Amino acid sequence: MIEILMPLFWIVLHILITVGILLVAVAYTTYAERKVMGAMQRRQGPMLVGPFGLLQPIADGIKLLSKETIFPERANKLVFFLAPMLTFTLALIAWAVIPIDQGLAMSNLNVGLLYLFAISSMGVYGVLMAGWASNSRYAFLGGLRSAAQMVSYEVSMGLVIVTVLLCVGSLNLTDIIEAPRPFWMQIMLFPMFIIFLISILAETNRAPFDLPEGESELSGGFLVEYSAFAFTLFFLGEYANMILMSAMTSILFLGGWHVPFGIEFLSFVPGFIWFALKISAVLFFFVWARASFPRYRYDQLMRLGWKVFLPLSLVWVVVVAGVLIATGTLPNMEAF
Amino acid sequence: MITPDMLPSLAFYGFAFILVVSALGVITAKNPVYSVLLLILAFFNAAGLFVLLGAEFVAMILVIVYVGAVAVLFLFVVMMLDVDFKSLRKGAMHYVPLGVLLGGVLLIELFVLFKARFGTEVFPQADTLPEISNTQQIGAVLYTDYIFAFQVAGLILLVAMIGAIVLTHRTRPNVRRQNVAKQNATTQEDAMEIQQVETGKGI
Repeated sequence: MIEILMPLFWIVLHILITVGILLVAVAYTTYAERKVMGAMQRRQGPMLVGPFGLLQPIADGIKLLSKETIFPERANKLVFFLAPMLTFTLALIAWAVIPIDQGLAMSNLNVGLLYLFAISSMGVYGVLMAGWASNSRYAFLGGLRSAAQMVSYEVSMGLVIVTVLLCVGSLNLTDIIEAPRPFWMQIMLFPMFIIFLISILAETNRAPFDLPEGESELSGGFLVEYSAFAFTLFFLGEYANMILMSAMTSILFLGGWHVPFGIEFLSFVPGFIWFALKISAVLFFFVWARASFPRYRYDQLMRLGWKVFLPLSLVWVVVVAGVLIATGTLPNMEAF
Repeated sequence: MITPDMLPSLAFYGFAFILVVSALGVITAKNPVYSVLLLILAFFNAAGLFVLLGAEFVAMILVIVYVGAVAVLFLFVVMMLDVDFKSLRKGAMHYVPLGVLLGGVLLIELFVLFKARFGTEVFPQADTLPEISNTQQIGAVLYTDYIFAFQVAGLILLVAMIGAIVLTHRTRPNVRRQNVAKQNATTQEDAMEIQQVETGKGI
């Protein structure tokens, strides 16, 4: 019995630590978002609660949780409460495979990248279920929009992931970070990096692609009927997803825990700090895009996904595969 | 007492139990949205069984394709269409003999397949090439030994896709579409005209 309970205890402890860190990170991502947007718009952002407003996220959390949970009369109760739980759970379980530092992943899965892709492709259910269960036209339209949007952008995201796979030859996230990447390969992957950055904005329903909750036309979209704890779960899920997508970007394109640009004298800084800094850089891009761009129109969003990104990434898969075979640098070529 | 080598069996029975129960729920649930949600749960547990077999690539692809794409569209359709499932169910008892026959044939086939008699246990074969990951194993044969079958499957999907587009596409008159190239090519001279308006005269 003890030989089962001990590993179980360590796994549970590991999960609790990860979730704890993630929740703090989510709280301070919201703070950073408000501060950065404030600075971009020549405001101060939150300043009153605590020094420099540092306790603002905690005050927000208490406010959200102490509100009354409102349940629409004709809504489907089961699905209504299942949706936020699903969204939040999905945002958390993806972290099981993310390697934070050399050998520091909860599970070093052979198909870690596919696992991440599978989990992120399921995020659409929370929104769709919330939209349907609320029994409200605004919420339903928001849910439908989100479903169409996420399915569309996943296609090009999948192709972008394929180009990276071709270069590194493994689905294991640790192997992807460790794989050698000469300079020309990084140049070749750069257009895909841009496409991936834009696609993760759409995948996480963030501005300028936040049509599912576009307040000017849908008055909050799928979130319109949610309040208090259920809303908090959605909110946490959205920001945890942003952090997850940033982690995915830094693993695929920015070298994970490695020192940026291979600068020698900075290598005394531990790897997980570099990883956190890279995640923060991508998160800054999220906020930057939100502060800079107006919301896309729905047909423009669909055109961008299907008529621009999909053909571009498809052609790029062929180009990358061709270059790798022509130069004989395709990984694992000798195995077969 | 539970020992570590019992864990795979326990996981198998857990996944299999939820799989069978949720699959039953799919066909018995009154609300079609519940049916689709239970179907997703069934897919998930099937993926779990694949992981137990050591086929993690197939498991992930099952989740990505069926849960991430196919079931989303199911859910989409079930939520959008106002299908009266009560009236659809009316004649359902009519098909019971056929269903029982098909189910019986499948059951017998399964027994023949595993040559199973009651009391014997059937275990999956151990991985014959454990040092190569099954993603690489599939990749190595899919594009070489099975290239013909693979391409035929791709062609069938392509035909189905074109068929779906042809069946549902309709050209509606009087729809104003945005032409981005045309919009971008418009110059100031095309779009507006500057006129000097004299006082008291108008244009």
